[in-house]
Amino acid sequence: MSHAQMTRPTAPGDISSVSPSLPTPEQQFATAAVHAGEARQKPGDAITDPIFCASTYTFADTQSVIDFIEQEQPREEYGRYGNPGERVVERKLAALEGAEEAVLYSSGMAALVGLLMAKLSAGDEVIFFDECYHRSREFCTKHLGRFGVTTRQVKTCDYAAMEAAITPKTRMLISESPTNPHLSVVDLERFAEIGRKRGVDTLIDATLATPYNLRPIAAGVDFVLHSATKYLGGHNDLLAGVVLGSKEKMEPVRNLRGIMGAVNGPQNCYLLGRGLKTFELRMQRHNENGMMVAEFLAGHPRIERVYYPGLPTHPYYEIARKTMRGFGGLVTFLVKDADWRATADVIDAVKIPRIAPSLGGVESLIEQPLVMSYYQQTPEARKQFGIYDNMIRMSCGIESADDLIADLSQALDGAA
Amino acid sequence: MQFRTRAIHVGNEPCPQTGAVVPPIHLATTFVQPGAGEWGEFDYSRSGNPTRKSFETTLASLEGGVGALAFATGMAATHCVIASLKSGDHVVACSDIYGGTYRLLHKIANRAGITVTLVDTADLAKVAAAFTPATKLLWIESPGNPRMSITDIEACANLAHGRGALLGVDSTFATPVLTRPLELGADIVMHSATKYIGGHSDAMGGALVVRDPALLKELYFVQNATGAVMGPLESFLCSRGLKTLELRVREQCRTAQQLAEWLASHPRVAQVLYPGLTGHAGHELARRQMGGQFGAMISFEIRGDLAAGKRFAESTKLFSLAVSLGAVESLIEQPASMSHASYDAADRAKHGIADGLIRISVGLEAFEDLRDDLESAFGAI
Repeated sequence: MSHAQMTRPTAPGDISSVSPSLPTPEQQFATAAVHAGEARQKPGDAITDPIFCASTYTFADTQSVIDFIEQEQPREEYGRYGNPGERVVERKLAALEGAEEAVLYSSGMAALVGLLMAKLSAGDEVIFFDECYHRSREFCTKHLGRFGVTTRQVKTCDYAAMEAAITPKTRMLISESPTNPHLSVVDLERFAEIGRKRGVDTLIDATLATPYNLRPIAAGVDFVLHSATKYLGGHNDLLAGVVLGSKEKMEPVRNLRGIMGAVNGPQNCYLLGRGLKTFELRMQRHNENGMMVAEFLAGHPRIERVYYPGLPTHPYYEIARKTMRGFGGLVTFLVKDADWRATADVIDAVKIPRIAPSLGGVESLIEQPLVMSYYQQTPEARKQFGIYDNMIRMSCGIESADDLIADLSQALDGAA
Repeated sequence: MQFRTRAIHVGNEPCPQTGAVVPPIHLATTFVQPGAGEWGEFDYSRSGNPTRKSFETTLASLEGGVGALAFATGMAATHCVIASLKSGDHVVACSDIYGGTYRLLHKIANRAGITVTLVDTADLAKVAAAFTPATKLLWIESPGNPRMSITDIEACANLAHGRGALLGVDSTFATPVLTRPLELGADIVMHSATKYIGGHSDAMGGALVVRDPALLKELYFVQNATGAVMGPLESFLCSRGLKTLELRVREQCRTAQQLAEWLASHPRVAQVLYPGLTGHAGHELARRQMGGQFGAMISFEIRGDLAAGKRFAESTKLFSLAVSLGAVESLIEQPASMSHASYDAADRAKHGIADGLIRISVGLEAFEDLRDDLESAFGAI
């Protein structure tokens, strides 16, 4: 690991010149998760970064303000434009992702909105693969339309259809990978190539994969987005979102965030950074648990189908195996010959996973997409989005896989 | 439920009012009561706080105790045990002991007329010989600090109980992942929760866990009367730390074993004190008592004097020069000048705390990065 950047001492209190440790090829992921983005010597000589609750930052005199403006000095000004603790986490996330720049938001949706509002104007078009988080779809179709932006949806992983839908007005190609809740896996190089060839930016929402399992930037994708509420925070105790990309492409994104104001709070930023220190360990356990639960379900007589990219039966198994380090903790499955109520009975019978939306935390969560996210949609709309009455989505936490499997087993056997 | 499942779920019931999957942080100092003279579960935060209770409940489950008490620091927890003794009582304690505990026993407890004898508790005959009719408490650390000596907890429990004394174990270095002293017969487990339990160098805390309800009541009385309780924010952070405790400790042990083996074959190292090495006096006992892993603390003596040790400790780039231990980031220190400076100089020499002794706390960084960092520091001696 290179320490050239980390060892430069910083005077206590001088938070403007913190020296980030940039990702280097020889730096190990586990080491980067603990140290990247942090100054070696921190304010007050403390081993951890302080939480700056200050909303504003003082200038010694008028000339200091003028120097700050004229010389574009790198220092804090006002909390909406940045916070020292937030910058530490942004640098750490950028290092883990292998990106030049990260901009943090108050939630994953705020990150998506922040990016799209910075990149799109009236008359522009976006195209996205149709398996996605329903609120992402809702924002694009309902709200971007009000600003004169056209949204086109094409079938997930239909690259020809995506390319065919591109017009001279197309500005962004969007997909999740893996998708939610079907866990389809995008061929990132192919996806990125379409954008590069046609001069259109590409965005991957890699929330379900995380930078531990998937590296879209390395595959040529322009922007990566995460709901950091999920695996990155990892403890179901904070909301956050992040967009990553090149310095050049991210500059207008950061600038607009300063105006729109969807920044995260200093305490949340601290907890996010704290969660990242155990990120690799947690992901390894999530991957193990996801795989074991998926295999258990695949062999259970009451299960009709399991959606998990690590199973050879998954339609995108080959591309997942080639491009992902692990397959995450999210497992979606269909209960055989069950209507919505019999499916709900399985969910109501589990004892360890809690019934709740969200995913990626240490606690396992379980939900029925029909009830949790698509309850007010018509049966036709649900069918179109592939949301079946007998579908269950489980986010495997970091508990013992034996306990999770025993719990699912009793729920499936008891609710039969 | 298995250890790692309990670490996440026991004591962390979702909030009954809101369904919040993580219980709220209760900063309230006082709680509204159902009636005059009628008491709810919580009344005043020194006496009990829901966030603290949540942490205590999880920890008690992990240690296999009937209850736990959380304190402002590890020293406050140890002091609670000492404060439950009375004038004339005698304490037998291990000689491989944290400097702060040494200070508490020799410079505070003595003022209350409590006497102390330090012995090498790895030698059971010496422990037995140290008991007097007034001995009320046997206090051990395993692994010890800083020499990583291993004490037989089960044998000490039998010895103490045969003499009418309690056994208290400072299990800070072992954590309940590796050793559960109550299951081996100990009466009290003490933790500096600042270390592995919190695990992120960002919360001060201590804890006591016991297996006898009457002893819990007695220690709670002292805690409530003296007031050194853990704050709600620290309780939240310690609960959050417990959720990844097993992952962290197991990974840190794996890396520590690799580092200890590497150090043992290094020409600049005179001696490595790590129970995971077959040459360590307590290796076999540790294998039984620590579930196959040996902790993530390593002490070693470099070939050189005090100044060389100082240069070495100051030359690492990844290990930070700081006291404390047990966190995600690796730390390095020189016991003679730092963690054990509160020992008298003569006692340091007597208890084997050499000037060239270096203590490292192995964090979550990759083994290769930590090894390379130490190698470059050897070059700077």
